[in-house]
Amino acid sequence: MSKIKQSYVKPLDLKHGRVEMSHGAGGRAMAQLISELFAAKFDNEYLAQGNDGAVLPTVSGRLVMSCDAHVVSPLFFAGGDIGCLSVHGTVNDVAMMGARPLYLAASFILEEGFPLADLKRIVESIAHAAKKAGVNIVTGDTKVVERGKGDGVFITTSGVGVLRDGISLSGDAARPGDKILLSGTLGDHGMAILSQREGLSFDAPIVSDSAPLHGLVAAMLDCGAELRVLRDPTRGGLATTLNEIAQQSGVGMSLQESSIPVNPTVAAACEFLGLDPLYVANEGKLVAICAAHDANKLLAVMHAHPQGSRAAIIGEVIQDTHGFVQMTTKLGGRRIVDWLTGEQLPRIC
Amino acid sequence: MKYVDEFRDGELAKNIAINIAREANPQLTYRLMEFCGGHTHAISRYGIADLLPSNVRMIHGPGCPVCVLPIGRIDQAIHLAMEQNVILCTYADTMRVPASNDLTLMRAKANGADVRMIYSTQDALQIARDNPQREVVFLAIGFETTTPPTAVAVKQAALEGLKNFSVLCNHVLTPAAMHAILNVEGGVQLDGFVGPAHVSTVIGSQPYEVFAREYKKPVVIAGFEPLDVMQSILMLVRQINEGRAEVENEFTRAVTREGNRKAQGLVAEVFELRADFEWRGLGTLPDSALRLRPEFAAFDAEQRFGIDYVAVADHKACECGAILRGEKRPQECKIFGTVCTPQNPIGSCMVSSEGACAAHYTYGRFREAIQ
Amino acid sequence: MCLAIPSLVVELLPNDMARIDLDGVRKDISLSLVEGVAVGDYVIVHVGFALQRLDPDEAAETLALFAELGKTA
Repeated sequence: MSKIKQSYVKPLDLKHGRVEMSHGAGGRAMAQLISELFAAKFDNEYLAQGNDGAVLPTVSGRLVMSCDAHVVSPLFFAGGDIGCLSVHGTVNDVAMMGARPLYLAASFILEEGFPLADLKRIVESIAHAAKKAGVNIVTGDTKVVERGKGDGVFITTSGVGVLRDGISLSGDAARPGDKILLSGTLGDHGMAILSQREGLSFDAPIVSDSAPLHGLVAAMLDCGAELRVLRDPTRGGLATTLNEIAQQSGVGMSLQESSIPVNPTVAAACEFLGLDPLYVANEGKLVAICAAHDANKLLAVMHAHPQGSRAAIIGEVIQDTHGFVQMTTKLGGRRIVDWLTGEQLPRIC
Repeated sequence: MKYVDEFRDGELAKNIAINIAREANPQLTYRLMEFCGGHTHAISRYGIADLLPSNVRMIHGPGCPVCVLPIGRIDQAIHLAMEQNVILCTYADTMRVPASNDLTLMRAKANGADVRMIYSTQDALQIARDNPQREVVFLAIGFETTTPPTAVAVKQAALEGLKNFSVLCNHVLTPAAMHAILNVEGGVQLDGFVGPAHVSTVIGSQPYEVFAREYKKPVVIAGFEPLDVMQSILMLVRQINEGRAEVENEFTRAVTREGNRKAQGLVAEVFELRADFEWRGLGTLPDSALRLRPEFAAFDAEQRFGIDYVAVADHKACECGAILRGEKRPQECKIFGTVCTPQNPIGSCMVSSEGACAAHYTYGRFREAIQ
Repeated sequence: MCLAIPSLVVELLPNDMARIDLDGVRKDISLSLVEGVAVGDYVIVHVGFALQRLDPDEAAETLALFAELGKTA
């Protein structure tokens, strides 16, 4: 982008205009899209450098980096949109390593014909989410594909954060005896999306729980609890996350179904559609595994934070070479919570 | 959820479990078949086996409509989708059933066939209305619970004069399958049946009386929730202890002796019995399945597209047949959990969420592993 | 496939349809397989159709049976 003042250029029609192939061509039209929309909304000193790569300050601490692609459909849903989802998703992946998220990169693949009004809404949502999360979008990219070759917009975000000394969280660190905590209710995001797609209507709509979790994570780290693993149960739900950790750590798990919080409306929507909330995606929840003696302290800290008000201890890590995640059902009998098979909910993240 | 949560209560489950343990005679073994796939699923999903004494054994029956559908029938649907360019509408369960030539409906879709998953027959009718220039075929499967909605759809299509809608009819009948189970040469010893829940809301309790009367087998019709299943097991234990063989109804809140006459009438209007029909595991059974009546021939996909049924044998190592008859348990199939998994199913029992193999793999396979 | 849920009828609609509610989730389903269903009734819903009315008195009796203390063997 050039800082040299140009002669008059007709501003983008952000009300009625649509994405055109020229917006991805690298020429004036693309420069205009970037300056009038992206740069205007993401306004920060790094982006303002105007170069292909952003030069960032030195950090003291290890770097953590993460990346996420977002293809959610529909683009706008109760509780969020693809924009804020793309910010929260990457912020959370960085936060799950115990790092403080600092910078995001965002790349957009736009479909020819996509309404600029919708793009503006998405970009504003990203800017708002980033500001609230305390991160800056420092660099990005835009491509346009022909009509019919993309589904409106796909967004990929990468994020960088800093990890202070002494913190070490990893999926292979769970040990028998550790307790398993969940920060809140399951299934809100996936059911918000699916209900909209399946034309279920609601008394009070199911709202996506998309949210940044690094504030909650910071509080959890600060309390001094012996934390082993943090992970957010997104696609594939809690079941997938726990099976992954069990496999990485070479342990088994034992859960109590009655301890797992699920909103009644989400439970009902799952019943209707024949789905199990354990497999439904979440975008504002985390699983924490900690040493048994710290579980109650950690739970109290989570309860005190707005993102953790419904937190619960849902089970414990056990010795098991098979890596089964077992669960005592509400009825008292046992079952396993297996890996997800096939595709339960398409395009929900 | 009212009428759901109360019927899943853990304290009540404990109580019923105590009753069963007290009343089950330690000198006897109670071999009970739960016929309905929904019950098979509930038993596994809630771990009911943990709440029963070891001499009360649940044997999974063939009440899973996807499981009993032979490969040849799926082949017909795939053929219509791939060669005849129809819009093939189906309930989700059938999408991954393995058929001939290494195909499934899901793979046919990936190969460009227009296969669409629907939740209701109403969706299929709407697709037909929205696509007047395309042929729309609804793959109708299911026992008596699912047949009335198909009947309604056919009547509606007839009323609207829809020219592009037809049904590939694979509706099957519960009593015929129960007869077949009881008549298997050298078949599994059974002491009683847990009768299906929602099938019975439609057909009533009367059709089961023949099993009590002539085969001297007690039948208890059980509601859909796990407490219903447990109470029904208790009622069967009591019948067996007392030497009774009756039809009892545990699902009184939704099942009467006559059932849903209106739904039965609609079905009788639209469908008639096929002379015979091949079932996986049970062979070819007479008077066990339905087809559309001649007056609805225009909506019968088999006639409309002139397709015949070609029987295809199951994979050699697949034990679905024996499992459907209750002769083998899923874990006794040589390829269970290794070659055959929900990710890569070899037989239909591993595909359907109501199939015995899928239920055991998904919820219960830890039991053998952690012996 | 056998999946069927008891739901509350909250509104009767034209063309033999009804709006049902399950803990705040609403859906429109067909009443063409049942008769005499009124607002306030519970029905069992399967693939978009009400299959049968649920009898609240029988439901209460069944729950009471679950809680009974059984006989000794």
